[in-house]
Amino acid sequence: MKLKYFAWVRERVGRSEEDAELPSGVATVADLIGWLKGRGPEYAHAFEADAAIRAAIDRRHVRQDASVAGASEVAFFPPMTGG
Amino acid sequence: MTVRIQERPFDLGVEVAALTVGRTDAGAIVTFSGVCRDRADSGAPLAALTLEHYPGMTEEELGRIETEARSRWSLSDVLVVHRVGRILPGEPIVLVVTLSAHRKAAFEAAEFLMDYLKTSAPFWKSEETADGSNWVAAKSSDDDAAERWKRD
Repeated sequence: MKLKYFAWVRERVGRSEEDAELPSGVATVADLIGWLKGRGPEYAHAFEADAAIRAAIDRRHVRQDASVAGASEVAFFPPMTGG
Repeated sequence: MTVRIQERPFDLGVEVAALTVGRTDAGAIVTFSGVCRDRADSGAPLAALTLEHYPGMTEEELGRIETEARSRWSLSDVLVVHRVGRILPGEPIVLVVTLSAHRKAAFEAAEFLMDYLKTSAPFWKSEETADGSNWVAAKSSDDDAAERWKRD
């Protein structure tokens, strides 16, 4: 699965994307955030305000209770500020 | 419909002329341009904005927003242009043009497109001031503006 990060999530994680093998037990976006937070201080910092983090699965917005089963690309980013 | 993401500035007049040339069905053309101000949200003088986006999703999400607009209003055509990269004060950031037979649909659709674009198209602004760069915080007023278009 490809993971992508944008804006301050990207800056805090220190990379814009990576490939990850999810352990069993990671079923939802919220589970995935919880798993990422345990991967190191940069992830813990990026996801500390985890309720504020938005996610997209295969380039569509999803809620954090969405299933990640079958996803090829999951992206994490702050609330959007375009326009 | 056209959705375009680009680094270079755009010219409102050129865009509208290209969209309307040879067209006689549209009695109303509404344009909205978002322009880079010379102040950061904090009030500090702004040197520049930098716009980041999610290539691929941005185009798809704007396409979904446009499909929704076309399902709700009778539109002859729609154009959305959004810049990314470094943008200086006074330069344009975003352009929305709606064409319809009558003004009400064109006005409402343009407002809808902007409200949804601001809250769901994956763009992020970073402000550059004398103190460095800061990510712009999302505004709840933008969420409220998008929320009023919701329907079940």
